[in-house]
Amino acid sequence: MSVGLAPVRQRWIWPALGASVVVIAAIYDVRLGIIMGVWLGAWAVNGWLAGAARGTGVRVMVPLIFGATLLALWEITVGLYDVSPIILPAPSLIVAQFAVSTDVLWADFQQTILKGALAGYVIGCGAAVLVALAVDRSMFLQRGVLPVGNFIAALPIVGTAPILVMWFGFGWQSKAAVVVAMVFFPMLVNTVQGLKASGAMQRDLMHTYAASYWQSLFKLRLPNALPFIFNGLKICTTLALIGAIVAEFFGSPTVGMGFRIKIEVGRLAMDMVWASIFVAALAGTGFYGLVALIERWLTFWHPSQRRR
Amino acid sequence: MRSVIPVLTVVAVIVAIWFAGSIGMNRAWTVDQAERRGLELSAADIIADTLRQERPVLPTPAQVMAELWATTAGEPVFRERRGQMQGNPRSLFFHAWQTLAPTMLGFVMGTLAGILLAVGIVHNRAMDLGVMPWAIASQTIPILAVAPIVIVVLNAVGLEGLVPKSLISAYLSFFPVVVGMVKGLRSPNAMDLDLLRTYSASNAQTLWKLRLPASVPYLFTSLKVGIAAALVGTIVAELPTGARFGLGARLLTGSYYGQTIQIWSALFMAAICAACLVALLSAAERATTRRMGLGR
Repeated sequence: MSVGLAPVRQRWIWPALGASVVVIAAIYDVRLGIIMGVWLGAWAVNGWLAGAARGTGVRVMVPLIFGATLLALWEITVGLYDVSPIILPAPSLIVAQFAVSTDVLWADFQQTILKGALAGYVIGCGAAVLVALAVDRSMFLQRGVLPVGNFIAALPIVGTAPILVMWFGFGWQSKAAVVVAMVFFPMLVNTVQGLKASGAMQRDLMHTYAASYWQSLFKLRLPNALPFIFNGLKICTTLALIGAIVAEFFGSPTVGMGFRIKIEVGRLAMDMVWASIFVAALAGTGFYGLVALIERWLTFWHPSQRRR
Repeated sequence: MRSVIPVLTVVAVIVAIWFAGSIGMNRAWTVDQAERRGLELSAADIIADTLRQERPVLPTPAQVMAELWATTAGEPVFRERRGQMQGNPRSLFFHAWQTLAPTMLGFVMGTLAGILLAVGIVHNRAMDLGVMPWAIASQTIPILAVAPIVIVVLNAVGLEGLVPKSLISAYLSFFPVVVGMVKGLRSPNAMDLDLLRTYSASNAQTLWKLRLPASVPYLFTSLKVGIAAALVGTIVAELPTGARFGLGARLLTGSYYGQTIQIWSALFMAAICAACLVALLSAAERATTRRMGLGR
């Protein structure tokens, strides 16, 4: 089972140990025995797969088996122990709820992600890049902005949500404002650092070509800054979603993912809450994946993008 | 040290923009009030009034500082009530502590769990392949936004007080530590690992004498990310659950009753807490790296 820990001659010890644990658990409580059995069985399959085979197939299979095991355990535990759906609904219940209420969830998704988060993300990141370009022209400003920006980026900016909702009303505009406030400084710091990334030699070379500021910006420094800019953009995808959803807790029209979560928690309709969380998770991964794809396409030359 | 003047300049510019914003945003109310009473105000009067409103749209930095001072230095942290010494809900230190305690408890739990999982991932290929992709993917999920639900669910199970909030903090500091520590534990190069192999060092010895020391810089970097996330997590966790004490509760009541100065002072307290926690970790990092001979 374990490649690093156990010497070869003791291989039988782990299955034996696992089997006895399952048997003892089953004697104590049959349900516990079943759960332990599923867990250890899946674990053994994964251990065997990881130890025996190499290649991309294993790289996909093992995490999938692990994820499926967790889901199965969730379903089995909820079923066997009769957990109230108010506390923890089974995955099958959540999927059913998701399938029934796709139109509501789609409307929430549009309101929160497409309007609030995306608008704020574009405005905030765009403004940050522009400010970074301005700051970059002066050494003095760079030295001042970097520490201040780093400091602000570590602060709980999401706390400005109640203020911004007060200022911009309950519509998606206030959510976009919260997102702008959240993404601006991380993006600014990353872009300023990125613009400093090109080497002195390269800049001197551009200088010998008599390149203007804009020419060396577009041909040398922005391309060199792209890995940093994309790092910032990737961090900001998650921040944008958090900002948009949390801002809805403070006031929203009767649509939106934060609104839905808040309302359905109040009604103890946990399956709907979990369906919304599922949408948020999908949106987060999808958004991040999209930015990562664009990064791969634009910075194909960077060492971090090499295929293994 | 040479960046002191630039930093001060940038801070001064931000404060100046803030003051200008206060005047601009509070102006409407002042003018409106004056019109109702049929008064003509000069520009100087308007500006003076915008800077000292009771419920301004945007309080000035001076007002926020005064409120911060009044609710920290001006109020005792404890007061006597029904013959018992209790926390004083007027003191911002009391609220800050209500938020900091679960943050730190959760941070410690999350960090320890994260280090353990990272050690497992480095030593076991099945765990590496199975768990690591999920750990990375989970970073892209807006977990923070669903923190309140976790609190509600845990309350329904009967867990209240410190534990639910600290579970959120633990979860949020857990993944940065896992990802950072896996990187750190793998950072020794092949030469060093081979050397320990020629010494016939066991896996445990390699872990204690090579991998863990090598991972310290990575650990501190992810700890700083983790503690900031943990603090935000606790504050957000307090928001929609109607918590009575804590910085998040302060934000919420402020927003219910339009007490903008209270919101801003709670926000500043949260910022100060975050800055102190990160500074504390930085100091620990410097001390540790110096003891290890890595300091510059």
